[in-house]
Amino acid sequence: MSNIETNINNNQLLRFTTAGSVDDGKSTLIGRLLYDSKSIFEDQLASIESTSQKKGHEGVDLALFTDGLRDEREQGITIDVAYRYFTTPKRKFIIADTPGHMQYTRNMVTGASTANAAIILIDARHGVVEQTKRHSFLASLLQIQHVLVCVNKMDLVQYSETRFNEIVEQFGDVMSKMTIKDVQFIPISALNGDNVVHRSTEMEWFQGAPLLHQLETLHISSDINKTDARFPVQTVLRPQSAEHLDYRGYAGRIESGIFRKGDEVTVLPSGFSSKIKSIDCNETSVEEAFAPMSVAITLEDDIDVSRGDMLVRTANQPMCSQEFDAYLCWMDNKPAQPNAKYTIRHTSNEQKALIKEVVYKMDINKLERNNDDKSILMNDICRVTIRTTKPLMIDEYRDNRYTGSLILIDESTNNTVAAGMIL
Amino acid sequence: MSRYYLNYLDELEAEAIFILREVAAQFKNPVILFSGGKDSILVTHLARKAFYPSKIPFALLHVDTGHNFPETMKFRDDLVAELGVKLLVGSVQDSIDEGKAQEEKGKRASRNVLQIGTLLSAIENNKIDCAIGGGRRDEEKARAKERFFSHRDDFGQWDPKNQRPELWNLFNGKYNHGEHFRVFPISNWTEMDVWNYIHRENIAIPSLYFAHEREVIWRDNSWIPVSEHIQLDASEVPTTKKIRFRTLGDITITGGIESDADTLEKICDEVSTMRQTERGNRADDKRSESAMEDRKREGYF
Repeated sequence: MSNIETNINNNQLLRFTTAGSVDDGKSTLIGRLLYDSKSIFEDQLASIESTSQKKGHEGVDLALFTDGLRDEREQGITIDVAYRYFTTPKRKFIIADTPGHMQYTRNMVTGASTANAAIILIDARHGVVEQTKRHSFLASLLQIQHVLVCVNKMDLVQYSETRFNEIVEQFGDVMSKMTIKDVQFIPISALNGDNVVHRSTEMEWFQGAPLLHQLETLHISSDINKTDARFPVQTVLRPQSAEHLDYRGYAGRIESGIFRKGDEVTVLPSGFSSKIKSIDCNETSVEEAFAPMSVAITLEDDIDVSRGDMLVRTANQPMCSQEFDAYLCWMDNKPAQPNAKYTIRHTSNEQKALIKEVVYKMDINKLERNNDDKSILMNDICRVTIRTTKPLMIDEYRDNRYTGSLILIDESTNNTVAAGMIL
Repeated sequence: MSRYYLNYLDELEAEAIFILREVAAQFKNPVILFSGGKDSILVTHLARKAFYPSKIPFALLHVDTGHNFPETMKFRDDLVAELGVKLLVGSVQDSIDEGKAQEEKGKRASRNVLQIGTLLSAIENNKIDCAIGGGRRDEEKARAKERFFSHRDDFGQWDPKNQRPELWNLFNGKYNHGEHFRVFPISNWTEMDVWNYIHRENIAIPSLYFAHEREVIWRDNSWIPVSEHIQLDASEVPTTKKIRFRTLGDITITGGIESDADTLEKICDEVSTMRQTERGNRADDKRSESAMEDRKREGYF
């Protein structure tokens, strides 16, 4: 086997998001990660060098690497989620780089929805601030499994171990209200590169590994739910060619769990049962398939299955429900309209829905519930009761990210107006 | 480690197939934008996998500038015949002849920007509601902001500051009359991923990607092929070099690099040590710092 193949077979994909306040040095950290892992090309570096000079910066401003749109370069701000890529011999990484200020909640929720890990940046001089609580709450709400708390700008507090320990303790109080499984703390200086890719020589007292090493070794194989087999049908493959005359394959992606040839499965919502005849990946058939594989499944019996239906193992079924509670994150300038109809997208299923009741609004700065304010505005997070015209096949979000999540679409503008996590 | 995990190439493949199936389910008349370059070939290959044993449920749309590499055209026609799909061609030459587009003048003239109008007409005339492209976010800074499902208004324009949020794997392809979508199934792939996958799957690509002898001139820091479509200065003397192309666009603006890589394995090795981005050899991106963003806003690929 060649070197290339060995690398590919062992390398997993890790998606992470970065959260920090405006001046926490988030862009500098991303720039540093990419630069020190040799992921910046010479022509990109030359362009950043010339811009740094034009702006009168000393040295190369690595933060410029993350600017995308013209307005962002001109105004020195980040407007929208941008995605960055780098690869090390151990892993491929996708960074969802989310803006620190404008429409923060909306963008962080978007970036976090697909992330395995989140980096939360804290300025060593300021310690845990209101924004840190907000970022941690969102990471917890979105059920990000791994959080790396980077205490940045350690160079500005004389690389003090005492200061670092104070901040770790402050964060402990925040953590007590969260449900994040795996939290690590790393003292860094993104500007000077301490503990980002290379171990710092200024902080001998820190026993842990640098950030990149942590990212390379996070145990992510168990992040995916392997217990509850769920297969939402995207489309039906019926070639009707001479060669495949009777072929009827249900195409989709396994969102969780494992399916095997011969498994007894039930089609929801109809409730008809059958056995898996074959699991096909392109021209080959496999004995078993697991999340997040895209496959086509054929059944022993001829039953009616179409887009929006879900195949599940008969012995392990989701709830079929027309009324349920969810946390909604509102993402549109137009506030939620009481009793207005929205289109709801859940897996490949699409129905009409209305927000029946606002249970409470979350004050994400104080981490308190507000039971009086029933309005839902841009960037609000509320617990609501949703009613749909037909049943959805749902799991709780904390058990299953993909059968526990939904979006609402405004029928007049076609905009995606809310992200929902089912309780 | 558990055996129930995918390596990153398999995960990228599963993601792209998921996106392609969403397109088939959510749109009435989707097409694949096919340039004959490796990225659109990859998207077509993934589409074949996504719908097997059915045929690919999309036509291929080629925006033809008339300034093509002959090798690319042959490759395109062979692939269309093999897949049994429909080929649609939007011709920049026709747009010029009909007075809808104005040819640029001078030595640096290119038909790159003219493709926008031709593409938008083809979308309108064929009632296309979704154009699937091989764009990748690692290619260029404006592309780093792209969604998988990217909305275009009824003038075909992209509004990067006002995009729909994209959450989990729930894609919203709803549009009003006259609007359309661009969908990018390989958004999360890098150049290296594309080459590793082409190598692993042994996907056929045009010979232009492999090192070969060609008559070229040195212009704007790369080897530009000599063809009937290019105007030479007195100072530009054609010479023969062993080169290969990292990207394929118009023959007038696509620069090659000197290389001995004549197999997929050698190309993978070469790409892994590259210190310049692949679009560094594309004159269309060098026009200004926001050249790609400006074209994309107007409706470019």
